[in-house]
This record gives sequence, C-alpha cells and structure tokens, in this order.
Amino acid sequence: MQFRRFSILLTLFWLGLFVLVPHLLVVLTSVMTPDSEHLAVWPVSGESWYRLREHLYLQVFWQSLWLSGITTLICLLVGYPFAFIIAKLPRLWRGVLLFLMIVPFWTNSLIRTYAIKLILGNKGLVNSLLLGLGIVDEPVQLLYTEFAVIFGLVYVLLPFMVLPLVSGFDKLDESLLEAARDLGAGFWQRFRLIILPLTMPGVIAGSLIVFLPAMGMFYVADLLGGAKNLLLGNIIKNQFLVVRNWPFGSAFSVALILIMALLMWLYFIANRRINRQGGLQDESL
Amino acid sequence: MEQPRILTLSNITKRFASQEVLTAFSLAIEDGEFFTILGPSGCGKTTVLRLIAGFEQPDEGTLLLNGVDITRMPAEQRPVNTVFQSYALFPHMSVFDNVAFGLKMAGVGRQETADRVNEALAMVRLSDYAMRKPHQLSGGQKQRVAMARAIVNRPRVLLLDESLSALDHKLRQEMRIELKQLQRKLGITFVFVTHDQEEALSMSDRLMVMNLGQAQQVGTPREIYESPRNLFVAQFIGEINLFDAVIREKLDEYHYEAELLGEAKRIRCDRRLQPGDRVNVMLRPEDLRIHSLTDATVPRGFPGRVMERYYTGQTLNSLIMLENGQTVTAHEFFDEDDPDFDYSINEAVDVDWVAGWEHVIPVES
Repeated sequence: MQFRRFSILLTLFWLGLFVLVPHLLVVLTSVMTPDSEHLAVWPVSGESWYRLREHLYLQVFWQSLWLSGITTLICLLVGYPFAFIIAKLPRLWRGVLLFLMIVPFWTNSLIRTYAIKLILGNKGLVNSLLLGLGIVDEPVQLLYTEFAVIFGLVYVLLPFMVLPLVSGFDKLDESLLEAARDLGAGFWQRFRLIILPLTMPGVIAGSLIVFLPAMGMFYVADLLGGAKNLLLGNIIKNQFLVVRNWPFGSAFSVALILIMALLMWLYFIANRRINRQGGLQDESL
Repeated sequence: MEQPRILTLSNITKRFASQEVLTAFSLAIEDGEFFTILGPSGCGKTTVLRLIAGFEQPDEGTLLLNGVDITRMPAEQRPVNTVFQSYALFPHMSVFDNVAFGLKMAGVGRQETADRVNEALAMVRLSDYAMRKPHQLSGGQKQRVAMARAIVNRPRVLLLDESLSALDHKLRQEMRIELKQLQRKLGITFVFVTHDQEEALSMSDRLMVMNLGQAQQVGTPREIYESPRNLFVAQFIGEINLFDAVIREKLDEYHYEAELLGEAKRIRCDRRLQPGDRVNVMLRPEDLRIHSLTDATVPRGFPGRVMERYYTGQTLNSLIMLENGQTVTAHEFFDEDDPDFDYSINEAVDVDWVAGWEHVIPVES
C-alpha cells in the first residue's frame, strides 16, 4: 500500500515536472508579447493567437492536414494487407518480419531521411536507374516535391500503422471467420462484414498515431520538401529558431496540441462505442 | 427398414503435417438421426466434424451428402451448418443480425428473413433478446443464439462441436433435453461431437466411439453401454470392473466355464471361444452385489474388504479390495427397508454379481 502510494506520487511528480510544467510554460508564452531581445515579455497579449487566423497560416494548416491525411491513407492501404499477412503467418515468420520492420528504428530517422534524399535526388539512385535504362532523357524532379514529403512520411511512419493493426488482427477470432464461411459468406463478404468492423479499433489507433506525428515532422518536410511543402511543425520550428517569435511559435504549438487532443478524444469516444457494442472487449472472445 | 443415408464418409485419411489424424475413416449417418461422435480429446472427432463442414480437406477419401459428392465443395456452399464450441457469435452484431447472417448471404428477402429469424428465435425462446448484443447474454443464451443462427438456414445436417461443454452442469442438463426436443421438432440430422459420455448416451439415437483416429464401435447407446466391443469402449463409457479369466470348458452354445480369481465361474459369451482362451470379464459397478460376511444365508462370492465408501445421493459407492489385491467398485441403490444400509471401512465382505449380467470379450493380442 505504501509502495503503491509512493509509485503513484513519484509518477505524478515526474509527469508534473517534465510534462505539465513545460506545457504550461508554452501556454503562458503564447499569451505574452513578442520581443526581439528578450524573446517574450509581459504584458499579456492576444496578438499571437489572433495571427493564427492569417491566410498564410491557415493555408499551411490545410496543407499540413492534407499531407498527413494522404500519408495516413497510404500507410493504411499498405499496412492493412501487410498486417493481415503477418498475423496469419506462423509464429516464427511473424516474429522475423516484425523484427525486420523494427530494425530501421535503430538508425535515427533524420539520417534515414537524408538517405531518402540521396535516393530521390537528381543524381540519386532512382534517376540514375531511369537514365541508365533510357526510360527518361533528363532527371525527373522527385526531390523537393509533395511526393517526396509524402514518401518520407510514409517511410518513417508505416511501422506505427502496422503494429496496432497486427494486434487488431491477433484479437480477431479465427472461429468467427469460420462461422461466417459456414453461413455462406465468401471472401469479400467475410472481409466487409466481419474482418473490417472487428479490426476497426486497430485502424483508428494506427491512423491516429500516424496522422498526429505526421503534422509535426518538420525535418522530413525541410529535407525533402524544400520551401513549398510545409507542415505545422515547420512553422513552429521557424518561429522559434529563425524568426525568434516565441509567443507566436507557442500559440502554434498549443493549437497543434489542441487538434491532437480533439482527435484523441474522438478516438476514445469511438472506441467506447465499439466496446459497448461488444467489440474486442467482449469476454466471450 | 433401411433408412436413407444423408451423409457418407468413405475411407477418409487426413494428415496434419506428417501426422495422420484419421486413417481410412468411414461413417454413414442416416437421415433425421441424432448421431454422436464420442471420444477422448485428440481422437480426431473434431477433425471429422470440420471435414463435414468443409473447414478441412481430406487427403484421401470422399464425402457424400445426400448422394452428392461434396469432397471439394467449399464450406460456404455446403448445405450444412455448425454450432461452434465457443459459439463464435459475431460480437459487433445484434442477436437478430447474427441469426439473419446466413439468410442474408443466401439472398433471402427482407420480409422472409425477418419472419424466419423471429421463428428461429422463438424456437430457442429468445424472442425478447433480438436487439441485444452477444456480450449482454449469459452462456446458455449465447448457446441458444448459436443454435438459432444455424437452424434458421434449414441445413440438411447440423454439426455441433462440443456445444454444451462451456456451460455449467445444471444448464448443460437442461440444454441436453432442449437440444433433443429441438432435433425431434426440426427433423434435421444432428451430428454432435463430445467427450462427455453421459451427454452421448442420453441424447443420441446412435453414437460412434472413436479413438486414435479410428472408429471403435458404432451403435445405439444401449448397445455401446451393455455390449462394448473392445476394452477401450468398455473403459471409456462409464465405470467398469475388469476380471481376467481363462476359458476351461464349453458348457453350451453361449455358456462357458472359466477360471476367474482362482475359482470356477459360469460365464455367458456370444462369441465362439476355445478352452484356454483368455478373456476379460467386465462388470459395471451397478451389477456387483456386496454381502456382509455375517449374513450366512447368501452364497459365497469373492471375499474382500471395504477400502472406501461414499455417498452420492442416489447410490452408495464402495471400493473393495479383493484378496488378490485387485480393487473393484460397486454402486448400490438404497434399500427403503434398510435405512441403516452402509458399510464400515475395513469390513470383510463378499462380492458377487447376478449371473448372466457379465459382459465377456476376448483379450486382444
């Protein structure tokens, strides 16, 4: 009992000191007045929040949603069948494949993004190959395009989609599929009526943990997208490090956090509803 | 009169990896009967069911359903439905949608679907639960939904895989009667798989005892219980006392004199035996008679001592060690006239049985 109380207090203290306090500082900074010398000064000002409405930032905001959304969709389209296959494999193979998927994480994602730059560049692997085979006469512009940003985001984030999906397929009781077959359902009917609804929690979880970080991955957009393809993370980084307008950067950060919180909240609502409908928490499974 | 055969399995061999689960297995099920496959876990009984359902393909042999070869027909096309051990109800669908699933797949119209689902739910007494989700149902209710979901399709054969084993004892006994009544009402052929011999005996028209991928005996519950064909069947169905005996002399067509526990006994056996043949004399616990040795009026049987006695409500069960060290079990019903009927531990008794109640099979070499 003593130990339990101690652990809870320690965790609360830790979270408070390293999560809550820094976030409060960011919120606080967002309502201060920008100052080129001292970064942020009193008095309280709503200017930074007001500026979020500016056309340029709204445009970045929509572009960011678009890039993250497309990334999430591609991860889902690639990850869903992949997770399905992994979950069906014998134990050993599945372990090997999941391991292989994790291995790239041993290298920093920044370095891996630089590697993509080398592959997609005008003198990169892809263009050399295309030129060498005579398919094109001039290098194709791959780098510094929207395609490159999406490619980079998908590459970095795909495993985050696959893992929750695999666990979703794991929970899918094989006998339910046999029951559906027994009752006359062909493959597509089984997929549409049984597999898809029952793996929906995994789809939602995977989509969230791809979509949310995607909006903040400024270095991918920086390295692969050039100046045109911005994510919310790029604006925040620029405000803090280049423009040195900390209150505005803070306001942007808080706005991003609020969007994520909203999406998380929607996820929990959806999850609760699925569970209440006797989804994956059903004790009979 | 020969019943038409609805389902015939001929010479089925099934291997998983390199292990043979069924070896040249054959089975013929008659139309409208309640047929049970009984055996210990791992005997291949579930594989037989899965072959009939179409979830597994045999390596050799053929399956005929109503005269049509269904060996290679996919599960979703077979006019056969299964009640799964775990029920396998779709957790995201209401009871109604679960039951309607098969009809929707078959393209049955909306109105007819609703009518047939309601009829099936009424049959399993769950009409008020149509809008519930499976997780809001008790085990017995889930079991009945699984039944309704299968019978609503009016299959030619209904397969039941250990369908009662997840229920508690009392519910299981109720469901047994319900299942049997349902089968009579529907007239559908039931193929029921279980490891519970009591279930098998009480519900089946005929049953098959299986072991190690092979049929041991097929017959009515009474034939199986009273005339087990081999030692496995005898020991698997109910409790049994076994005595080794050697045939000494043939007395008449059905009777022999045998040496049993050092004494000469007259035994009955339908099979042809020769002097010198070794046989197993089998007696059910309820066939044994115990007499206190103080009672001078009874003829002497085999002497022994009471090792243990326990009360089951209906019977008094006793464990008796005979002089040769063999232990036998006897179940005796209470005698209304003798309220004090009981034995004390270590009491010297005399064990015998009613002549002709023994079942004799030759020792398998």
